[in-house]
Amino acid sequence: MSEYNFAYLDEQTKRMIRRALLKAVAIPGYQVRFGSREMPLSYGWGTGGVQVTAAIIGPDDILKVIDQGADDTTNAVSIRKFFARTTGVRTTTRTERATLIQTRHRIPETPLRDGQIMVFQVPIPEPLRWLEPRESETRKMHALEEYGIMHVRLYEDITLHGRVATAYDYPVRVNGRYIMRPSPIPKFDNPKLDRSPALMLFGAGREKRIYAVPPWTPVKSLDFKDHPFTIERWAQACALCASRESFLDEVIVDDKGGRIFVCSDTDYCGRRQERAR
Amino acid sequence: MTSGPQPPTSTIEVPLLAVRGLTKRYGGRVGCLDVGFDLWPGEVLGVVGESGSGKTSVLQCLAGLLQATAGTAAFAQRDGAVVDILRLPEAARRRLARTDWAMVQQNPRDGLRMGVTAGANVGEPIMAVGARHYGRIRREALGWLRQVEIPEERVDDLPSTFSGGMQQRLQIARALVTRPRLVFMDEPTGGLDVSVQARLLDLLRRLVTDLGLSAVIVTHDLAVARLLAHRLLVMQGGEVIESGLTDRVLDDPQHPYTQLLVSSVLHP
Repeated sequence: MSEYNFAYLDEQTKRMIRRALLKAVAIPGYQVRFGSREMPLSYGWGTGGVQVTAAIIGPDDILKVIDQGADDTTNAVSIRKFFARTTGVRTTTRTERATLIQTRHRIPETPLRDGQIMVFQVPIPEPLRWLEPRESETRKMHALEEYGIMHVRLYEDITLHGRVATAYDYPVRVNGRYIMRPSPIPKFDNPKLDRSPALMLFGAGREKRIYAVPPWTPVKSLDFKDHPFTIERWAQACALCASRESFLDEVIVDDKGGRIFVCSDTDYCGRRQERAR
Repeated sequence: MTSGPQPPTSTIEVPLLAVRGLTKRYGGRVGCLDVGFDLWPGEVLGVVGESGSGKTSVLQCLAGLLQATAGTAAFAQRDGAVVDILRLPEAARRRLARTDWAMVQQNPRDGLRMGVTAGANVGEPIMAVGARHYGRIRREALGWLRQVEIPEERVDDLPSTFSGGMQQRLQIARALVTRPRLVFMDEPTGGLDVSVQARLLDLLRRLVTDLGLSAVIVTHDLAVARLLAHRLLVMQGGEVIESGLTDRVLDDPQHPYTQLLVSSVLHP
């Protein structure tokens, strides 16, 4: 692929993105504006994540790409192939072997370790947008820590549904300061963000924002004192690997209403099945 | 006139708000010019005048919605410190706006969040100052709905399902829930029909007396001013042309314009 620069983006663009990343890491949870580029995939498919990955990937990296926890879905396969072709780096599906993991909608079940980097694809980075359409005003609200309306949202959930019904993209407070959208991961994964040894980078291509959670940073999910934050639980174990600790997807298996629950993290589930055999 | 509100008795020696030389220019045109007054704790000040006389410019400059061109407005904080709210950094001004004063807009749609329930509308200001207990926030919201005579079972309804008068009362509950010391009201009875106006005026009068509120009320309706305000400022062309006790100004107007204004009121 000598027609393209290493990792597709030109070096000048990568430097610009790296500067934004450095700033993002320096101010955990703060949304840094950057000059988002057109990428050879459509908005909504991970243009933000792809640009972040392209800016930081090196020849020695081992890349894993997941979509909804799976390594073998269209989006994951395409992005992994894209970087394999434009960089020649090794790819893997094994969480513990990867140095760089680009993700959409999940954090792997296998605990992350020091030195790993997670790259999240973010559709809408602004947590205050649902109640405040003006960008000038949301910036001011972040600057002055005016976060009362985030609890209005939780209040409405409890009032209308009897509990906090927000199940994904559940807002968090990073390092006791900025309110952040963790991208559309299930709230099940929120505790994995808290004091994680891995570096978490978030890229929103269409909205042109980058933000970050550095390693070991406290990340707290918003809640009320009398309605504390909880994560999803399932009555059954994974039908394939019998795990009771992982995030389960409901899968319809026939046309008679038959359904099973299986791990959404295919690598985790597959490894457990291998070990059981 | 004995039906008017009685002036409060107060032992505090500093005015809650002392405004001097307040001026707002919109380019070459004048919004308000050299407006000055003292507002004492527990006092309700009415600002009357025709459309375009500068009433709303005064109010919006004081409430921090507009940047004043010149002047000072010394506000006595709870801790006794006096700050010029026209020169305050934005962060400090917005903090005061959450804790010490409140705004009631003419159109309830400007003062409410129409997309969330009545309870959330009343609860938001206390969540903004740190309330994090759902049960207590809800109890507080229900208490305030009672105060403004909204049936408790409407607490989980959207304000868009409320009548105009109910929306205005909900806005008042939202404004008062943080127990502000100063309330700015811009034509609070503006878009309401007369019987609803009367009910709202009764409510406002009761709340002002019960809570010992200080308020600046902008209105073009002299009957509203008569009922609510202890003192009046009469404005014309951006300037204060007459001021004094409400009954004095309305029953014995001195300035020709005030005389015209008072004589323009229809008596059915």
